[in-house]
Amino acid sequence: MALLEVKKLHAAYGQTRVLHGIDFTMEEGTITALLGANGAGKTTTLRALCGMVRTEGEVRFAGHDIGRRKTEDIARLGIAHVPDGRGTFLNLTTEENLRLGGYARRDKKAVEADIERMFGHFPRLKERRRQQAGTLSGGEQQMLAVSRALMMKPKLMLLDEPSFGLAPLLVRELFQILRRINDAERVSMLLVEQNAAMALDLADQAYLIETGRVVQSGSAAALKRDDSVRKSYLGY
Amino acid sequence: MDALLHQILAGLATGGIYASLALALVMIYQATHLVNFAQGEMAMFTTYIAWSLVNAGMPYWAAFFITIVFAFAMGVLIERIIIRPVEDAPVLAVVVVFIALLVILNSVAGWIYTYTIKSFPSPFPKDAFVATKYMSPHEMGAIGITLVVLLLLFAFFRFTPLGLAMRAAAQNPQSSRLVGIRVGWMLALGWGLAAAVGAVAGMMVAPIVYLDPNMMGGILLYAFAGALLGGIDSPGGAVVGGFAVGVLENVLGAFVIGNELKLPMALVLIIGVLLVRPSGFFGKVHVTRV
Amino acid sequence: MTRKQILLIGVLLVIACALPFVVSNYRTFQFTLVMVYATALLGLNILTGYNGQISLGHGAFYALGAYCAAVLMDQAGAPYWATIPAAAAVCLVAGFLFGLPALRLEGLYLALATFALGVAMPQLLKYDHFAKWTGGVQGIVIAKPEAPWGLPLNPDQWLYFFTLAVTLVMFLLAWNLLRGRIGRALVAIRDQHIAAEAMGVNNAIYKSLAFGVSAMYTGVAGALSAIAIQYVAPDSFNIFVSIVFVVGIVVGGLASISGALYGALFIQFVPNIADEISKAAPWAIFGIFMIGFVYLMPTGVAGAVRLLLARRKS
Repeated sequence: MALLEVKKLHAAYGQTRVLHGIDFTMEEGTITALLGANGAGKTTTLRALCGMVRTEGEVRFAGHDIGRRKTEDIARLGIAHVPDGRGTFLNLTTEENLRLGGYARRDKKAVEADIERMFGHFPRLKERRRQQAGTLSGGEQQMLAVSRALMMKPKLMLLDEPSFGLAPLLVRELFQILRRINDAERVSMLLVEQNAAMALDLADQAYLIETGRVVQSGSAAALKRDDSVRKSYLGY
Repeated sequence: MDALLHQILAGLATGGIYASLALALVMIYQATHLVNFAQGEMAMFTTYIAWSLVNAGMPYWAAFFITIVFAFAMGVLIERIIIRPVEDAPVLAVVVVFIALLVILNSVAGWIYTYTIKSFPSPFPKDAFVATKYMSPHEMGAIGITLVVLLLLFAFFRFTPLGLAMRAAAQNPQSSRLVGIRVGWMLALGWGLAAAVGAVAGMMVAPIVYLDPNMMGGILLYAFAGALLGGIDSPGGAVVGGFAVGVLENVLGAFVIGNELKLPMALVLIIGVLLVRPSGFFGKVHVTRV
Repeated sequence: MTRKQILLIGVLLVIACALPFVVSNYRTFQFTLVMVYATALLGLNILTGYNGQISLGHGAFYALGAYCAAVLMDQAGAPYWATIPAAAAVCLVAGFLFGLPALRLEGLYLALATFALGVAMPQLLKYDHFAKWTGGVQGIVIAKPEAPWGLPLNPDQWLYFFTLAVTLVMFLLAWNLLRGRIGRALVAIRDQHIAAEAMGVNNAIYKSLAFGVSAMYTGVAGALSAIAIQYVAPDSFNIFVSIVFVVGIVVGGLASISGALYGALFIQFVPNIADEISKAAPWAIFGIFMIGFVYLMPTGVAGAVRLLLARRKS
């Protein structure tokens, strides 16, 4: 059984329809990329999965039908969403942000251990543990957002434009960490990215979205080689 | 000099009550960006409940704690049933609902308990402990209780996971949902706590001003003034503001403007703060993007 | 206005003129008060309904107008009809002055500031130093005016027609004001104040003027009420008066002239009904009505009427 099955997903903001029937699946342990231009509906897809937008269609996660559920219940089922803009709790400290990731977990002692583990992955965060999260740099906030999501011990991580506003070197570092986490902890990842090149390097599978529809799909390797994708999204 | 000191100290005692109520207002404001116009009446109503319990023969402190629990439950219920449906409604609709709540609580209290003024016992009677010549035992006790409540709240929000979750839900509901926090229930809890704090304030002020359905009207105004002075989104500021208003009220009332213009003084204070420094002394300045 | 609307108003006017001769004096008095409230509500509606500025303290302007009339009649021996323009002038200025600092307050903060005004008003009225004019806690009693020129009307009937005349003038003025440029400017400021400013509407002037005009209307209503009730006292102008006005415009319908009339009928007659439902807690019933209207009929009676008419047309 696939980890995530999305069938004929429609989504709208008020009266404006943004997704017109998206279909895709994800297997456990894989990294999938959702590519597309600005406004194609990639962010909306992630939000639809989390119940943040009005939807029609079927979404099944680990056997559960999550199409009608509330965001907080979906989060508790094991989906960690790193939203676009990071969603940092700016007025709380770095450590408090991490601790909130572990809020819904039952194994409280393990939460403490995990906080230290995150600091191990991201030493820069440890230096700033008691600082207000709003004072962290863009890159640090991104790492904080990813760590907070990991603290939830999720089965699936949704990452919305993790490379946004980050210097290329930092993006490479971040993506390497994501790959490591995917290997070591078997966390599946659904990645929305405008930076198609880096996303295709990281991902196993990819879907191309244009104006609310999936127009191409396949393995990341295949899409990287595809001519039209190369010209439209990879720039060469 | 003596008289001034006495007024300042008495002002601190009533200021503690304003501070508690101001804190309740700020707690709800922080979580919802709404001003609870009915906070005073909620406090008044729960104080009447305490009166009923004491009148039925219950020892004071038992009645005190049961009232707090009752107030907490009442706050949660009000949020879930009456406020939740209008949370996202236009401002005027929300204001009307709050005012309706104010009116209903006031009227029901008057109906059940009549408008005759009643006396309310103090747990710090005249011979309780060494009364200095500046403050009565009740005034000292009221300050003490206020400080204990404030400290407990501070500790709760700062050091417990639930307190952290409530702070998060107030600041950023969307992100809170993404980590699994049930934001709706956090709001209800916030209301419950605010109502409980209000109940304590009511029970501390009732021995001084006597219990009657309209007792909290003026006090609510002072609490607003205190909350605005300190900063409507700063709990610490609201507390300081409350104490400051208490002292100001007493000192100005005794020496400058006379006791009859205390409410207009609160009005001037409110308008003055809103005009000169709307974020208060400790609040954050909000800049809206055009 | 359509032919139908003009016809309707004509019919209403005829009924209104016939009323005092058909019902008891007490009922006539009640309807006089309905007109007084309608004028007051129209004032509040101009500010809150059309211009979006919330006021929980309009009872203060009502009190100001009422005391104006009472003091002028009591201390200066002025004739009752002269107090109306005087109250209008005083409240226009007072409202404008209050509106200036209010410019910097939005939504909830303005509600808070006006709430404070409403709560503080009785204390201001009771203030010792003003007592020689205001009569202090005891208030002022004034004489009921008699019908002039030997008209065969008893005082209640005359008062009714006097009030009717003033009310008609005020409503006509408002209708004229609101359907033109000024009305559109007010609504534009309410809905999109940044865009309005960008289009050249001077927000500050309009908003302060809205406050002034609104206060003027409610002040005139206050003066009329003083003359009708023949008595002013500080405690009759407490925060509940302001609250009743807000209820009136919510029930009647925001941004609606006819809403003022529906609201006035509600606040005059429903407390009597509420009294019958629960002798002891009429305000609680009032409060339940308020919540009911917000949940179920947010556009008020005027809005519901509009919807019904639209549905019948299609």
